[in-house]
Amino acid sequence: MDFGSILTTTVQQAFGPLAIVYCLAAIGLNVHFGYTGLLNFGQAGFMAVGGYAMASAVATWGLSLWAGIAIGIVLAAVLALLLGIPTLRLRADYLAIVTIAAAEIIRQTAGSVTLLDWFGGQDGLNSFVGDFRELNPYDSAISLGSVTWSPNDFWVMTVGWILVALCCLIVWALMRSPWGRVLKAIREDEDAVRSLGKNVYAYKMQSLVIGGIFGAFAGYIYGLSKAAVIPTDYATDTTFFAYTILLLGGAARVFGPVVGALIFWGLINFLDAFFRQAAANDVIPQAIMDQNQAGLMRFIVLGLALMLLMIFRPQGIFGDRRELAIDGR
Amino acid sequence: MAADNEFEDAGMPGATPANGPGGHGATAIRSSAAHMFTDVAHEPGASKPDPILVATGVTRTFGGLTAVDVDHVEIQRGAITALIGPNGAGKTTFFNLLTGFDKPDSGNWSFRGNDLARVPAYKVARMGMVRTFQLTKVLSKLTVIENMRTGATGQSGERLLKAMFPFLWRSQEEANTRKADELLERFLLIKKREDFAGSLSGGQRKLLEMARALMADPELVMLDEPMAGVNPALKQSLLGHVKSLRDEGRTVLFVEHDMDMVRDISDWVVVMAQGRIIAEGPPHSVMSDPRVIDAYLGAHHDVALDLTEDTILAEAEHELAAQRDEEPKGNHHA
Amino acid sequence: MHTRFMQVAAVTGALLVALMTLLLGVGAAPAQAAEQPAACQFEPNDDPEIHLKGCLRDQREDPPAPVPGVSVSVLDAEGETIADVETNESGVFDVALPGEPLSNLGKDFTIRIDEDTLPEGSDLRNPEQVELTVNFDTTSDQTVTFPIGDALPEAAGKFTRGIQLAVGGLVFSVCLAMAALGLSMIFGTTGLTNFAHGELVTFGALVAWGIDLLPGSITVFGTNITVVVGVVVAFIAGGLFGYLNDRALWRPLRIRGTGVIAMMIVSIGLSIFLRSVYQYIAGGSNHNYSQYSASTPWEIGPLLVTPRDMIVVVAGLVILVAVSLLIQTTRMGKATRAVADNPGLAASSGINVQRVIALVWTVGVALAAMSGALLGVTQGFDFQIGFKLLLLIFAAVVLGGLGTIWGAMIGAFVIGIFVEVSTLFVPAELKYVGALAVLIIVLLIRPQGLLGRAQRIG
Repeated sequence: MDFGSILTTTVQQAFGPLAIVYCLAAIGLNVHFGYTGLLNFGQAGFMAVGGYAMASAVATWGLSLWAGIAIGIVLAAVLALLLGIPTLRLRADYLAIVTIAAAEIIRQTAGSVTLLDWFGGQDGLNSFVGDFRELNPYDSAISLGSVTWSPNDFWVMTVGWILVALCCLIVWALMRSPWGRVLKAIREDEDAVRSLGKNVYAYKMQSLVIGGIFGAFAGYIYGLSKAAVIPTDYATDTTFFAYTILLLGGAARVFGPVVGALIFWGLINFLDAFFRQAAANDVIPQAIMDQNQAGLMRFIVLGLALMLLMIFRPQGIFGDRRELAIDGR
Repeated sequence: MAADNEFEDAGMPGATPANGPGGHGATAIRSSAAHMFTDVAHEPGASKPDPILVATGVTRTFGGLTAVDVDHVEIQRGAITALIGPNGAGKTTFFNLLTGFDKPDSGNWSFRGNDLARVPAYKVARMGMVRTFQLTKVLSKLTVIENMRTGATGQSGERLLKAMFPFLWRSQEEANTRKADELLERFLLIKKREDFAGSLSGGQRKLLEMARALMADPELVMLDEPMAGVNPALKQSLLGHVKSLRDEGRTVLFVEHDMDMVRDISDWVVVMAQGRIIAEGPPHSVMSDPRVIDAYLGAHHDVALDLTEDTILAEAEHELAAQRDEEPKGNHHA
Repeated sequence: MHTRFMQVAAVTGALLVALMTLLLGVGAAPAQAAEQPAACQFEPNDDPEIHLKGCLRDQREDPPAPVPGVSVSVLDAEGETIADVETNESGVFDVALPGEPLSNLGKDFTIRIDEDTLPEGSDLRNPEQVELTVNFDTTSDQTVTFPIGDALPEAAGKFTRGIQLAVGGLVFSVCLAMAALGLSMIFGTTGLTNFAHGELVTFGALVAWGIDLLPGSITVFGTNITVVVGVVVAFIAGGLFGYLNDRALWRPLRIRGTGVIAMMIVSIGLSIFLRSVYQYIAGGSNHNYSQYSASTPWEIGPLLVTPRDMIVVVAGLVILVAVSLLIQTTRMGKATRAVADNPGLAASSGINVQRVIALVWTVGVALAAMSGALLGVTQGFDFQIGFKLLLLIFAAVVLGGLGTIWGAMIGAFVIGIFVEVSTLFVPAELKYVGALAVLIIVLLIRPQGLLGRAQRIG
């Protein structure tokens, strides 16, 4: 067992591109769920819209990457409107079911052979990151202590963490304003807010659009970091991971998603590296756990962690129980 | 934990001049707006000298059951009007219809001459007709002062594009906060300013809800059972506050079961039974109206005949409603 | 209180086992014979070109016999003939496509059979399928088959195909309905939107698989009923698992007053946990039960129905009807509906709400598990068979009206049949998309579902 390499991997991943992807997705969910109480279970759909808009703009329609990003933002907003119009007047669990279904529709449609020419079927799209990589100022690997990132990864990380900081700033500025107060009030009791002369429907819609755009940002970073968009990356579990992050860091807290993403993605990779090594070095006998099974241990732990967290510490690791957005008890 | 505070607060209203002497009961009928009704007929749908709210032909059915069927009713400006009736008379449903929280099958009503039928609830509130709820709806995870600030209308900081730039809304926010603090003083909640609203007692929640409604400067305040779940010691204070609303020129329409309160503070009483308005008049005469007694006694007869089951049912429903109140988004859980 | 419930349950169970054994006895015998189909003998090749291969076999023979000497033409997208070949003595033809493999990517090629060269008395089983169009989305070789035999009567009409698909949809619907009924019952009584319900379906498929994997086989009167036993055990184990689920997790959460949204997220955690554990046990690949074999279908008019599918439909319907009857008629069933309607009121009228909910979990998960086992029988299974089904279950339940018993079943049949029949008009890979779109549209037009009541507000 090489604990040094396990820890190096953990740190490298915890700050790496994928942690940023989940962090951005969770910031979006924080606006939806943490502040407004909207159960959006289709964040992966918003990510897919962002990722596919960016990638297909370049790879399929020959536009520039920046045009693709702009289109992605518009489409994410449109998706939010499409989902919100029928459901935001209905009970909370209807939004959950509609969003999760919509995300699956997007994923399966994008991955279909029928639209192969546009979205590349199950193989997805690649060769769209040229414009982005040209701007990469790093030409050699970056090391901090024993942790090393490739120049491409570090470039994605630089942009990604700046984006995270910007999103956090926006959330902070919005949530301290009267606008944010109305969102929190809606989370508490929308009829009360209605009786005070606020157009609850419009506020929910704005929240859905803003959080959805943050989801599209996550899709951009996902695509840029892998240099590909693949339908399986936008499956329902991606949304569930983002929820785990949000709850881990604490819902309705500006930095909750950041803390949650660092811990979540670090932990996932720690568990992965740990069990793989344990299985490979026969610390755990082969008969009990092979390499494939070792790779599953992290999800087993993750599932358990999500349950226990929700049951015993719903306010998150650093959250304040009194300010808890959801009634966990 | 909140019970102590409630008693503490309850002792104080006597000290505030607006409430006048604490005496109440049938003999102490306040009559400051009674003069408005001298020429008004004591019959359902009677026309008032200066109605602020006029409703005609309002019906609402649930399945086959007609919950509300109001031919005509007018609410006098500047007076306290009580809406009473036995359980299931459709009072709260009528309230929900008037305030846009439910949609009628038919009917029209106007507020200050503006047509209000099928106007969404938030617009109704913005027009100056603000309601409270039978099961108090405070924003539990917001502090008392934040609850109050939420009540103010026309805030530019509540617009998404301006929200990001505090200099665009800060002065308005400060003005709202001053107004909120004044109201909190008046409603004896100033000590709770920074507490989470969820930590308040039932009576304090009623006060907060009323104070928050006043942040919008409503012309018509609609109170749905303001006395429900309030401990007797705090009732006098609440009564005083309701009267003070009229004294500062607002119109009050309230639904209530507490007959003492109805007798004590209302200038005019509208009685509903089985969805219809069956009687109108000043409190003392309407209470002796045979139609009203029939309506109430009829309802009581039913209770007497099948007391056990009905009581259980009512209790269970009350429990459920309380549960639902604690959990606004949720469904029932056993 | 339980007696009548238990009686009905016992009788139903016994009937079910008898029925399935009987049907399997009929269906399994011919199935054995067809177990080793003579595979088409393609010659391997290593050249870089893409090959288009095909195989003509006479399905009337057993094993199917190759049909030699039939003329086959291959045409490109413009309709130009690329090659004319004849099938060899193994009934195989093999055409190397000209040009670079990559240049053929994404192009369409059409293979046409010259019907006149078919042997005397033989026809294409599907007379309309004289030609097949193949799109190359990979650079590997592609194979096609043309079944030869008696022409199937009217096999090509869109209407007939629709009916055939609807029958397939019926099989799927029955499984979906059982899972949906379970979800709806649990939602109705506890308010829980259970995202782990798919995993309860998978649980059944796994249990039946576990029984199937046991050494030896279980036979009654010479009929191998291992799979039948597997399904029944899945049903029982599912019930136990459901009871445990409630007792160990959901009941404590209910008692401490956990909110529905928090419980929903707990169920997501449970879903991830169980799914990963299943994958740990069963691996990532697809499994079939030992008796899974393409048994010879019965021809009913123009329709083809395999005995296996018939068993599944009948067994599933029996269970569905039985459970509905239990809910409609027995005291416990009425108590269940009372709890679903208004738990507070039910509790105050002396119903033991926790016990009713425990029963609902037991029955609901037994249904889900059996649904999984039957799905495994019809189409095989992997560790996420239930998870893939989850959204369709939701769709069915929402379509019928959240929390209504009949609604869930009707919704399931509408969705299940819609999914299959929609492949007439949309590519098969998008059939679930259509069903999910229906879900959204239903919510838009009639949020309370087909059978749900509009909710009273305020």
